Amino acid sequence: METAVANHQPAKVWGGGNEPLNASYGKMMMWFFILSDALTFSAFLVSYGFSRFKFIEIWPIADQVFTHVPFFHGNYPMYYVAFMTFILIMSSVTMVLAVDAGHHLRKSKVALYMLLTIVGGAIFVGSQAWEWATFIKGEYGAVETKGGRILQFVDAETGHQIALHDFVTAAETDRTQHLNKNGVWFVDEDALPSYTVADVQAGLAAHENVLVRTETINEAGAKTILDRNASIEALAGGLHVVEGANLIRNEYGHRLFADFFFFITGFHGFHVFSGVVINVIIFFNVLLGTYEKRKHYEMVEKVGLYWHFVDLVWVFVFTFFYLV
Amino acid sequence: MAHEHKLSIFRGAVTFKNNVQKIWGVLIFLSLITAVEVALGITKPEFLVKTPLLGMRLLNWIFIGLTLVKAYYIAWDFMHLRDEKTGLRRSVVWTAVFLIAYLTTLLLIEGNYVYETYANGFIKWNF
Repeated sequence: METAVANHQPAKVWGGGNEPLNASYGKMMMWFFILSDALTFSAFLVSYGFSRFKFIEIWPIADQVFTHVPFFHGNYPMYYVAFMTFILIMSSVTMVLAVDAGHHLRKSKVALYMLLTIVGGAIFVGSQAWEWATFIKGEYGAVETKGGRILQFVDAETGHQIALHDFVTAAETDRTQHLNKNGVWFVDEDALPSYTVADVQAGLAAHENVLVRTETINEAGAKTILDRNASIEALAGGLHVVEGANLIRNEYGHRLFADFFFFITGFHGFHVFSGVVINVIIFFNVLLGTYEKRKHYEMVEKVGLYWHFVDLVWVFVFTFFYLV
Repeated sequence: MAHEHKLSIFRGAVTFKNNVQKIWGVLIFLSLITAVEVALGITKPEFLVKTPLLGMRLLNWIFIGLTLVKAYYIAWDFMHLRDEKTGLRRSVVWTAVFLIAYLTTLLLIEGNYVYETYANGFIKWNF
């Protein structure tokens, strides 16, 4: 109330305590934080756009990469990410409802809606962990050439991608993974892929119905499929068998694609995770009656702002990583 | 603390009875937009893919437009920007819009330039 009085008395303007924007210190600072965080996220997304424009002809097509839904086999592009989007918007709604209940000082309702928000956030983080696990594990496998290009394999009749284990047989080999306990200099290497490049070349030669799909996008907006001879020729330049994804190479296409996937969804997932932690703290404060004693629930409104911001960022990540 | 909410959306075309109803109304609207986005993303109608507009497919412009609409309603109704003072709202929104638009324009032009340099220059990428 003091501030309201101060606003009507120009003499006290210089004494501080004015709120010309009618927002408390904490809320203003939350907006400052959100604005700066928005710029960080936009830097991430814009650098994704930069790299994509730079390699526009060979960039992976998102709905050929994210085709998995838990407990279902088959090709379901987009559905799971759409479900995640819906979960996050839904938890945003319960958050606004909590803020609204706070305005009416209904403690138990605030607590219930906060709890639902936390559950929604947890489902989202869990889904993202599953997305990561699927992405890292990979499904089909591919071969990387000397020039760093990824070659995938398709069935000649259907045009669908097929996995390495569908046509490649691993030859007997004495080669084992080099571990740092075996060497003098304590160096080690990554886990060996299931097949060698020579195995894949032999498999391709033995199976007439297998063709190579390159990264190049043709005029119809699809990846180019080579004919039989060109396939064998292209695979002759193979250097690595790639299964799944890591920060160095991935079976989906250009290396930067996986890097941006890990950094952008990872940074966002970290925001959701910290949002859930903050929500849990506020939830317990609500239960303990901290805000009941203060006679206002502005704290719920402030974490609400953060939570909606995380939702807002996901809307953009969804569009620019999965749809466009 | 201000408790008043502005209950009209779509420039006053729809007015809700109370704030809770408005929240559900906005949720339905946002879910609808997401459903349209996913449907377009899965079916990819041919004429939208084939029509180029300002260097991108028309479909991508539709996605970006729908995203901005969603962002507007999340910021205005969930983050209560509609109920804030005009000064606060503008200093948040226009700062972000200006800086992000600036950064996007510069980097996308630059990315396209690098692409053309690679495509027309004497650099071999697959060897």
